[in-house]
Amino acid sequence: MSNWIKACAVDDIPNEDVIRFDHGGATYAIYRKDDKFFATDGLCTHEKIHLADGLVMDYTIECPKHNGRFDYRTGAAKGAPVCIDLKTYPTKTEGDAIFIDIG
Amino acid sequence: MSDLRSIVIIGAGECGICAALTLRDEGYTGEIALIHGEAVEPYEKPPLSKPGPDGISIKPISGTDRILRENIAVYHDQRVTEIDRTIKSVVLTNGEMISYDRLLLATGARPRALMIDGREIQQARLFRDFSDAKAFFDILAPDYRLTIIGGGFIGLELAAAARQRQVQTTLIESAPRLLGRAVPEALAARIEARHREEQVQFHIGQSISSISPTRKVTLADGTEIMSDIILAGIGSMPNMDLAEQCGLTIDNGIAVDACFRTSDPAIFAAGDCCSFPHALYGMKRMRLESWRAAQEQGAHAARAIIGSTGTYQSVPWFWSDQYDLTLQIAGLPSEGVTIVKRMLDDKSEILFHLDVEGRLVGASGLSRGNKIAKDIRLAEMLIAKRSHPDHQALADPKFNLKSLLNA
Ligand SMILES: Cc1cc2nc3c(=O)[nH]c(=O)nc-3n(C[C@H](O)[C@H](O)[C@H](O)COP(=O)(O)OP(=O)(O)OC[C@H]3O[C@@H](n4cnc5c(N)ncnc54)[C@H](O)[C@@H]3O)c2cc1C
Ligand code: FES
Repeated sequence: MSNWIKACAVDDIPNEDVIRFDHGGATYAIYRKDDKFFATDGLCTHEKIHLADGLVMDYTIECPKHNGRFDYRTGAAKGAPVCIDLKTYPTKTEGDAIFIDIG
Repeated sequence: MSDLRSIVIIGAGECGICAALTLRDEGYTGEIALIHGEAVEPYEKPPLSKPGPDGISIKPISGTDRILRENIAVYHDQRVTEIDRTIKSVVLTNGEMISYDRLLLATGARPRALMIDGREIQQARLFRDFSDAKAFFDILAPDYRLTIIGGGFIGLELAAAARQRQVQTTLIESAPRLLGRAVPEALAARIEARHREEQVQFHIGQSISSISPTRKVTLADGTEIMSDIILAGIGSMPNMDLAEQCGLTIDNGIAVDACFRTSDPAIFAAGDCCSFPHALYGMKRMRLESWRAAQEQGAHAARAIIGSTGTYQSVPWFWSDQYDLTLQIAGLPSEGVTIVKRMLDDKSEILFHLDVEGRLVGASGLSRGNKIAKDIRLAEMLIAKRSHPDHQALADPKFNLKSLLNA
């Protein structure tokens, strides 16, 4: 089942960067690469740290705590110390707004 | 690689595990024996001194589950007692002998015992592994009087954990300030202030003259401190007895080259137990005690074992958590002569350390939460590139350091 939630405005996220979005007791991370947007769970799978404080390089988000890396398009964990993948969510833009489907 | 049939790794810490998995990632299909000197499954050490409210538990090293699937023979609760270089074999506690074509020592380090007047002080507990941590936190009760000797990372993290458990905590440091040369003075001072806010009692620049059997600690100036528990966190020593016994070269750790090869071409050493020449710092020999370095060195040594000749170049990196504070250090601040400060907000600062030629050689940051992480990571990449960044760009928190990477 789809459940599209308005998360933020396009301009809220600088290019090749990430912001945190909290909704209904959960926390998400929303990424921008040029005119594409992606969304994942907001917390690292190693120690539940907010990923939005981490560094984005190309399609990789790096956890701010111990540098665990994920591909934010697929959620795939890319080696020690993270081995559990991140959950990802579909996104869409409508006008100026970004929506994510939290299912 | 073709002549290699058997690789033995001594120690299943961060370094040994990472080495074993890297061998498989790189396509080595021969035998791997991983000798794990402890009875519990391989676990992460950093959480031991940063326990949450639920206390101490085993956090398995990432990838440990893969070890089982990758046809790696793990010898649990077995220590290597001897290395015989002439017949290339190791002997285990149970008497079993295992032959090797290549051997990796990933034996880590152990805490230095507290000595006073040439005698080891038994009343002072040490802290390194799971059993030390479990025993320590099991007896730590609110209103106990804890005396910590040594104002390094372990001592300070344990002071924070103790205060969070309402334990009366006193910390004694013999040097003039906390955290030594590894951390710039300005950040060490902020960390000290945070501990004082939490009612940690400090005696800095004070040596200990005696400790009684009933745990009364007497300082050089006559101050007496009554304690229920004493813990010494006064640094660590590389585990190199095996290397010494079999005659490998030792130099502040098991001495290796920039590929982690010891003085015996069939034997490698990596992680906390070795000293190596660092290519980023003019081949200066150093020994690191860092979680990430242990992984990176294990991986590098594994590739060298199967024939790669690359020089290790990874930027040293370390973090510490105390209360809500995070400290992260990339590179070697002590190699710098100039400091440029970047204030992200009034509680989050980064110091960039530049050498005489203006090359970035270190960056150290302190913040609540992980505010500094992004810039420290970018600084790390700039250090790796041996950049000479513009001071104004470094100092301006609005300037995105990412743009310096392509400069
Ligand atoms: C309490 C604590 C907190 C830490 N916190 C941080 C932190 O916040 N940030 C950070 O960057 N680093 C931290 N570190 C440092 C980091 O954990 C170490 O640098 C890292 O664990 C080193 O990995 P290693 O594999 O080289 O050695 P170790 O992890 O020590 O593993 C070595 C293993 O070898 C085994 N062994 C030794 N001799 C033998 C033998 N003869 N036969 C068989 N087995 C043997 C040992 O039992 C041990 O299991 C901390 C360390 C400790 C102890
Ligand atoms: S919390 Fe993310 S890598 Fe450890």
